Amino acid sequence: MSQPGSTDRDPFAPSPGLTRGQGWGVVALFAAALLLWLFFAQWPDWLDAILLSKKAFLSAILNGLTLAGLYFLVASGFTLVFGLMRNVNLAHGSLYLLGAYIGYEVATWSGYWLLGVVAGFVVMAVIGLVMQVLVFRRLEGDDLRQTLVTIGISIVAADLMLAGWTGATYQILVPEWLDGAVKTPFVTAYRSNGAAVFLTYPFYRLVVLLVAIVIGIGLWLMLNRTRIGMMIRAGVDDREMLSASGANVHVIFAFVFALGAGLAGLAGVVGGSALSVAPGEDVRYLLASLVVVIVGGMGSITGAAIGALIIGLAEQIGLVYFPTYGVVLTFVIMVVVLAVRPQGIMGRSL
Amino acid sequence: MTLAAFTPAAPVRKSWFERLGIGHVLLGAFLLLYPLIASDFFLTTIGGYSMILGMIALSLMLLAGYGGMVSLAQITIAGVAAYVIAIFGENNSNVHGFGWPWWIAAPFGIFLAALFSAMFGWIAVRTEGIYTIMITLAIATASFYFAQQNYTLFNGFPGYSGLRAPEAFGLYWREPRPFYYLCLACAALAYAAVLYGSRSTFGLTLQAIRDNPRRMRAIGYDVTAHKVFAWFLSGLIAGTAGVLLAWFNGRISPGTIAVGPAINILIIAIIGGLRHPIGPFLGAVVVVLMQTFAIDIVGAERFNTLIGLFFLVIVFVSPDGILGLWERFKPSQDRDGWHSRPDGTGV
Repeated sequence: MSQPGSTDRDPFAPSPGLTRGQGWGVVALFAAALLLWLFFAQWPDWLDAILLSKKAFLSAILNGLTLAGLYFLVASGFTLVFGLMRNVNLAHGSLYLLGAYIGYEVATWSGYWLLGVVAGFVVMAVIGLVMQVLVFRRLEGDDLRQTLVTIGISIVAADLMLAGWTGATYQILVPEWLDGAVKTPFVTAYRSNGAAVFLTYPFYRLVVLLVAIVIGIGLWLMLNRTRIGMMIRAGVDDREMLSASGANVHVIFAFVFALGAGLAGLAGVVGGSALSVAPGEDVRYLLASLVVVIVGGMGSITGAAIGALIIGLAEQIGLVYFPTYGVVLTFVIMVVVLAVRPQGIMGRSL
Repeated sequence: MTLAAFTPAAPVRKSWFERLGIGHVLLGAFLLLYPLIASDFFLTTIGGYSMILGMIALSLMLLAGYGGMVSLAQITIAGVAAYVIAIFGENNSNVHGFGWPWWIAAPFGIFLAALFSAMFGWIAVRTEGIYTIMITLAIATASFYFAQQNYTLFNGFPGYSGLRAPEAFGLYWREPRPFYYLCLACAALAYAAVLYGSRSTFGLTLQAIRDNPRRMRAIGYDVTAHKVFAWFLSGLIAGTAGVLLAWFNGRISPGTIAVGPAINILIIAIIGGLRHPIGPFLGAVVVVLMQTFAIDIVGAERFNTLIGLFFLVIVFVSPDGILGLWERFKPSQDRDGWHSRPDGTGV
């Protein structure tokens, strides 16, 4: 069907009849097969020599995946808020950290970790709601001032949190049923007697990944299958038209902001249990959200997932294979994406 | 219609005094005579430091005010120059320190800073508007973490210490008075250059691009090239300030280019105002004075809360900073003198 002189031949069409989507599908199949082989096969020596060891590689991948889950939780709220309100919330990292502190307090006070997670989500959602109603609604339509206000809030918040919780590092204790390590089905080596050595991995980190996946699917369903999701998507496309067609935009804005802030708080508790809670984490997760959203594309949940996956994996693989240049790897990815696709992988054209 | 339209068009050549304006003459005279009344502390820690920060904020004002690109990476660009001074000049950290004389190291640092600035700009101008602030923040944060982790080039967390200002023309330029005049000269030069540049063809083109990039592109201007060149120019100013900063502190470490200082520069520029090149210097003086004396009011611990709240108040009350406040309350003649946009809205 393609005409002889047509110029828009795509690079993934080895023979006529294979569409672009099918081409990518073949690539994805190959990648999946390679990954499966890397995970399950016994590695030849040359591969061990290149990638240190199978254990190091698998751990890096798994760590990258769990970190990606955490990044997704933080960045999904950021990207939702941005997509709908054009509000770059540079206080998002502060929401993460405050959520973690509150989760820590509630979890230690009550003794129930889950209660801490819920508290992190609810308190941050309320704070997000208050921020939206008291601050951002007043500055609507003025992107730069909104952003400046979030900078001011993040400075004050960081300082007050430092006053409240000092510079100490906290660790939120995970309940027993989530603690410990599990044996994964990946064989890392064989003992001399032929017994296989399986890779063990902290159970909690797998839970983090699971939580991220569940929340991601939940968000996707909410956005694509519910009425409010429909309104949010309409708002991302054309805010004025949504408002004109009778939806109460302010309620939607408040809801989305509360949801985004709540997700940041939830990520704070979940992440604070996996890693630790300390001043400076706010900046770290703000940077992560920024890069994830820049790479993945603004305002897209799928983009946030893809971006989080790329950045999380790059960071952990970089940590194992070239420690001091890990940050540069993240940065290079961002620059390459900006150079090739300025709007991000899943972003709409600017 | 004013009467001027009916008088014969004889372009009266104003005297240089009139062209300079009474404000500039008074300000210049005050700054030149300031060392007579100021103690060493007020000369360097307040005066010199304000001018350095003011120059970095000026480089931001150039981008934000005339180009519409709000950057958070200006301190990173200044840091490039400072690190060049440390690596290619002399330091006592026993890492690198090639011992280049200052008159090579300093211009080289400034030039390299401008190149990096142009590179950051090239990355940032791939997107528009509010994205710039995010991308430059990501650049600044990533640079900070990189400088902190990398020991082979940046000497990691401790950075470099023992950077000495040059001894030239029989003076040690880190002595209070010479250093003050050095900063004043650089700041005045940068200020004059920005003021002059804003009325040059390039400056006007840049402002036109800020207001309507699509139209300018349609007319045939290379929008990207103009923006990137603006980044290069701003890099020259920030780089100069970076060299002075290295000499002022005598050291450079990742802490100098961390996220806090990067945001501080934005705060200075916003507090001062982005409408006129004097704004950043005004903001720098206010912030440095607050930094120095707020300790007596709220204690050193909660300084950030104070400055953050002050910043929030300024953003809410007067989007054009202190300059905007001045505009609002000053006698109403010549109201539009500093407005660069016809509708009077700021950046």
